[in-house]
Amino acid sequence: MLGLNKKDTTLLIAVAVLTMFAPFFLNPFPSDSAMAQFNAGYPDLMQRFVIFGIFAIGFNILFGLTGYLSFGHAAFLGVGSYAAVWIFKLFTYNVVPAIILAVIVAAVFSVLMGYVSLRRSGIYFSILTLAFAQMMFALAYSVLSNPKFNLTNGETGLQVYPNDPQMFHPDSMQDFPHLFGLYMNSTYTMNVGPWAFDFNTGYYLCAVVLLAVFYLAIRIFRSPFGMMLRAIKSNQTRLNYTGLNPRPYTLAAFVISGAYAGLAGGLMAAMDPLAGAERMQWTASGEVVLMTILGGTGTLIGPVLGAGFIKYFENIFSKINDAVLHQWFAFLPDGLEDFVVFLIHPFVGKGWHLTLGILFMLVVIFLPGGLVEGGQRIGKWIKSRGKSKDTGPKTEPAELGE
Amino acid sequence: MDAILLQILNGLDKGSAYALIALGLTLIFGTLGVVNFAHGALFMIGAFCAVTLQRFLSLSFETISETEKDFLGNPLKVETPYVESWFGTEVGSSIIDWSVPLSILLAIPIMMLVGLIMERGLIKHFYKREHADQILVTFGLAIVLQEIVKYYFGANPIQTPAPDALSGVANLGAWFGFELAYPVWRIVYFCFAALVIFGVFAFLQFTTFGMVVRAGMADRETVGLLGINIDRRFTIMFAIAAAVAGLAGVMYAPINPPNYHMGMDFLVLSFVVVVVGGMGSLPGAVLAGFMLGILESFASTTWATTTIPGINQIIIYLVAIIVLLTRPRGLMGRKGVMEE
Repeated sequence: MLGLNKKDTTLLIAVAVLTMFAPFFLNPFPSDSAMAQFNAGYPDLMQRFVIFGIFAIGFNILFGLTGYLSFGHAAFLGVGSYAAVWIFKLFTYNVVPAIILAVIVAAVFSVLMGYVSLRRSGIYFSILTLAFAQMMFALAYSVLSNPKFNLTNGETGLQVYPNDPQMFHPDSMQDFPHLFGLYMNSTYTMNVGPWAFDFNTGYYLCAVVLLAVFYLAIRIFRSPFGMMLRAIKSNQTRLNYTGLNPRPYTLAAFVISGAYAGLAGGLMAAMDPLAGAERMQWTASGEVVLMTILGGTGTLIGPVLGAGFIKYFENIFSKINDAVLHQWFAFLPDGLEDFVVFLIHPFVGKGWHLTLGILFMLVVIFLPGGLVEGGQRIGKWIKSRGKSKDTGPKTEPAELGE
Repeated sequence: MDAILLQILNGLDKGSAYALIALGLTLIFGTLGVVNFAHGALFMIGAFCAVTLQRFLSLSFETISETEKDFLGNPLKVETPYVESWFGTEVGSSIIDWSVPLSILLAIPIMMLVGLIMERGLIKHFYKREHADQILVTFGLAIVLQEIVKYYFGANPIQTPAPDALSGVANLGAWFGFELAYPVWRIVYFCFAALVIFGVFAFLQFTTFGMVVRAGMADRETVGLLGINIDRRFTIMFAIAAAVAGLAGVMYAPINPPNYHMGMDFLVLSFVVVVVGGMGSLPGAVLAGFMLGILESFASTTWATTTIPGINQIIIYLVAIIVLLTRPRGLMGRKGVMEE
């Protein structure tokens, strides 16, 4: 279907089902139960899952395929957000032009940054992208927000004010981003018994975009261009000897991933029409690196899983406080209960980043293929247990670069 | 004239910190070939050594004063640090006062231990893996160290004053015949940094150990074939590099109250410094550190910021990009280092 082989079609359909029915999957607990706080099916969080999924898919096209580790991708996300908000400010609240401009502007920036950074590889590339991203952060945070020339509105963040021109915005419409009249924040809540499921317009827009770019990513992975990028990762010298210049290919990959980041930024602004410089800081770039590695570098579904995983736990883990812990371990004897809570306390709530850091290190050390490899290993283990041992050792590569 | 001198001095203290961190980074990179993203965290741990010692020394007990009363006439509770009660008020208070310089003694063994554990426990297993993996695992370690410090010390900057004798302002200009006031502690910091840098260079240049290490940096395999356990020496060099970063942090505490993310802030700039100086070149790292520090302070003058707004924020990155594009090996980089 759509030029994909059977396996990829299944994957695409699986992702489609997952995203379309996410409001059900993510709200497994009745809204009046104590577990309701672990529901992730509220619009704000679901939008973030999908947007960061798009961001990570794009990052993975660069890092997973070519092996160039960029520490500056958040800059494109930020640039995309600013571009989208400027469209809202100047012209219209319709999200289509905003998102298109966000992609274009991010792509232009990534051509510039990629052209310069890709002249070096390895650690130099990482540091160059880091330097560029920090420079752009500094520009957005302070330099471009002086009274004479205010492009980014500095610390406050760029937002739409009532006295902005908004040339094509009819007064009859609400002041919120919309898709031809469908407001991004409009939510239909379906109540089924004690469950409440939220269907949010913005989420579904993001989900459709995610499906489109996921499909595009599959096509890139399977295309001759994708093979070329993998060749660059495995041995660039040999590629040079065959008379091929790798730089146009890496630049193309860089620009594609930059455009993905811009798209994510544009969507982010469409969900909530403001853009701040903190989105561009290098720790934000580090976050997308974490997502991709945690999910599985160079795999198709990995980055989406990683993004969902990190965003879910960021929101849910940080809600667990001592009271919740005491409730959980109430079955233990008193002294032991306090001790267990004391042990777990540093890792939950505000300490969630500590858990993330440890988890990330464990993944890098023991599971370089991320969650996807972990899943594959478990699957293989179950299979090998189910079958008798007479099949002999099969030497399948753990990862066929999917 | 005095304005220029002031900017140079301003740049020197930040430049010293850059130079010390970049020196440690280069030492690790030159010996072990590892890009250590956790080096900023070592700088931060150093600063928190100073915080810890200061808190530890100021531990006090409460007594009810017999002579003093508060305004209601109740007996006043007086807090007396243990140190003061042991050594007498005079000596005790001056020990507390000098806690930051004293922390150097505490920081050296702690930092070397942290460095040893880091190298033996984690980084050792990453020599044969890709540079990207090394970056990632040390990046993860940096997050973990930072969060541990945040857990124990909180997220707010902690004031760690310098000794009273060194916290004033010196009129440097008096020696040259014009007005130029400058904080004493920053001069101390620069002198200290210079001392540490000279110490490291002298150690590498004039001791047998240093000679072996330099030989190992040039050709690790041959040195190994000569029957020298080069791995152990490199481990010790890692510990020394950690100690250098830690010392930079200890002495920086009075200039910039330590917070848990100060390491990350300095790390990015230190990488830029290393790259500008030339990967693997020790003199390059030091030179580039001071140079970029001074450049940054010149860019922060009102003249520069009114000509090009915000130039002080981006100058270092601009310079780094220009240097990397025109001189890809950095200012003093050797041939064949990190060139695939």
